[in-house]
Amino acid sequence: MNETRTTIYTPDSLLLHPYKMVVEMLSDLVAGRELAWRLTVRDLSAQYRQTFLGFLWAIILPLANTLVWIFLSRSGVVNVSDTVLPYPVYVFTGTMLWAVLMDALNAPLQTVTASKSMLAKINFPREALLVAGIYKTLINALIKVVLLMIALVAMGIYPDWGILLFPIGLFSLILVGTVIGLAITPIGLLYTDVGKAIPLLMQFLMYLTPVVFAMPKEGLPATIFQLNPLTPLILTSRDWLTGLSPEYLGYFVLVNAISLVLLLLFWIVFRLAMPILIERMGS
Amino acid sequence: MGETLIKVEGLSKKFCRSLKKSMWYGMQDVGSELLGRRHGDDGVLRPDEFWAVKDLSFEVKRGECLGLIGHNGAGKTTLLRILNGLIRPDQGRIEMHGKVGALIALGAGFNPILTGRENIYVNAAVLGMSKQCVDDKIDEIIDFAEIREFINAPVQTYSSGMSVRLGFAVAVILIEPDILFLDEVLAVGDIGFAIKCLNTVQKMTNKSAVVFVSHSMQQISWFCTRVMLMNHGTLVMDSQNPSECIDQYYGLVKHEQQVSGTGEAEVIDVKLLVNKRIVKNIEPTIPHGAELGFRIKLAISSNRHWTAMSVNIADQTMQQIVTMPVREADGELKRFPAGLLDVELSMGKVELTSGKYSITISILDTENNEVLTRAQGLSPFRVISEEVHWGKLVRHITPHKITVQTRK
Repeated sequence: MNETRTTIYTPDSLLLHPYKMVVEMLSDLVAGRELAWRLTVRDLSAQYRQTFLGFLWAIILPLANTLVWIFLSRSGVVNVSDTVLPYPVYVFTGTMLWAVLMDALNAPLQTVTASKSMLAKINFPREALLVAGIYKTLINALIKVVLLMIALVAMGIYPDWGILLFPIGLFSLILVGTVIGLAITPIGLLYTDVGKAIPLLMQFLMYLTPVVFAMPKEGLPATIFQLNPLTPLILTSRDWLTGLSPEYLGYFVLVNAISLVLLLLFWIVFRLAMPILIERMGS
Repeated sequence: MGETLIKVEGLSKKFCRSLKKSMWYGMQDVGSELLGRRHGDDGVLRPDEFWAVKDLSFEVKRGECLGLIGHNGAGKTTLLRILNGLIRPDQGRIEMHGKVGALIALGAGFNPILTGRENIYVNAAVLGMSKQCVDDKIDEIIDFAEIREFINAPVQTYSSGMSVRLGFAVAVILIEPDILFLDEVLAVGDIGFAIKCLNTVQKMTNKSAVVFVSHSMQQISWFCTRVMLMNHGTLVMDSQNPSECIDQYYGLVKHEQQVSGTGEAEVIDVKLLVNKRIVKNIEPTIPHGAELGFRIKLAISSNRHWTAMSVNIADQTMQQIVTMPVREADGELKRFPAGLLDVELSMGKVELTSGKYSITISILDTENNEVLTRAQGLSPFRVISEEVHWGKLVRHITPHKITVQTRK
């Protein structure tokens, strides 16, 4: 018989044995790899099998959003200050990148909520759900980026060597989105109004980030935009994509470094909270 | 009997009755966990909390099959969930050795849009099996589930029986646990499939430590070498003799009396006669093979002239096991007049399997088949039999003749 593993359950907090906890977290992450991939394939196959337009849906919303903003600015209804890039390009890239951020942000709570019945009855590495969410976001992001690059060339924007750094921008959007999503997951599982409030908040936040609006130059709006940690992510990614040189690189690196630390922290919170939440959230 | 695989000491778990308080306690518990505090408030109950499981201690060895019985809400499934690592204990200590598997939540991870074949891989991944493992056994799984013609069709086109068979097949073929949990489900599907399931599960139980939760006393008697009875979260009895524990369980079960019908007749009293003597105890135990009779006191309304009576014996699930229409010596239904009546009947030898039973008496109007009264749950009694029988009614038979053909 191969070596038997022993599992011990006590009421003691898992934090009392931090080394054991970290080892278990990493081994669960590895053990859940295959499950994460299976879940991703399952969800994407099921999602696109039922639709007529298939993967085109990945860009339809940002595209529609862009067209609305172009109309609003051209017709003078909304006064948008000048951007370095042609405005349609600015808006299109901005909304696509914001969509990637939103996908990553919504993924943790969505995948965990969708798997409630499984979580309540079967013991499996829960990290697999988070990784599945990240895989799904990545694949959807890849589709968006390919279409985005085709559209940019069509609009006359050619990339320079900065395009090689663009994947970093993409990963950083996914990283920060996942961190925020992971942070709201424990409370979002118990109190479902959190899940409903997030889209509203995020819509509001989009107007405080240089997605459809250009960076304001002075006054209170300028301060808000500059303090907003999402600003450097969007700006830097967009700059690398369109062949401009990024201006907020320092802030970009800082936000990513803090996010990596927060990722670890919120992962620990997730791990400790899940068994407690599972027993109370029903299936 | 092998090594100890499950060891539970002093296990307790509390739940909350109110939803809002439960969610708030959940947040509090997460907070205290993050501060490094011990889970469970050291045995104190917060407002609206109750003990779902209290002070449980036991061990299970490899090769042992432990049955868990008790009323709904006794804490059996909660115990399984704690052993499975899904819920944190509030007090106590649990030690589990080896791989854990369960035939609970069959078909987890299934998506109806995907085909049966694709779903096999998803379910297997949820159960922790590698793709290689599934590839090796995929044909065995499809054959066991008996859905080869439909395996490449989307699961949403399956009947519920087919989905359940598929889920069961994946679990039963792939998992090879050291510790196995069974929650009520031993077999699914039609009779042929169910027998296949029982045989396969039986083979699995030989190599592992099994905990089996069930309400079917027959399955418990058949499968289990040891039974634990739980009542409101506490362990009432832990015995190597399943019948003893089952009998104790019946002592805790209340039988409800129910009366229906037009009301023009009434069963006033029923007395049991064992071997022709009246039994005075509330819930007597009758040995298998004793003679059972009834003394029934009735009142039948004067509007109804010709009424017939039927006496049934029902088991604890209210399934009517034996029906005894009361007839004349020549075979016609016995007609009862109106008024206050005292009827004495004998059913002869009681050859029922061990269990808890009750009497149902129906009085019918023979002219238009109207039910004047139907009283069930009367005079509950228990039968004790030394042997375990699958059927409810047992008839011991001897062959007339046996011819031995010479062996070739």
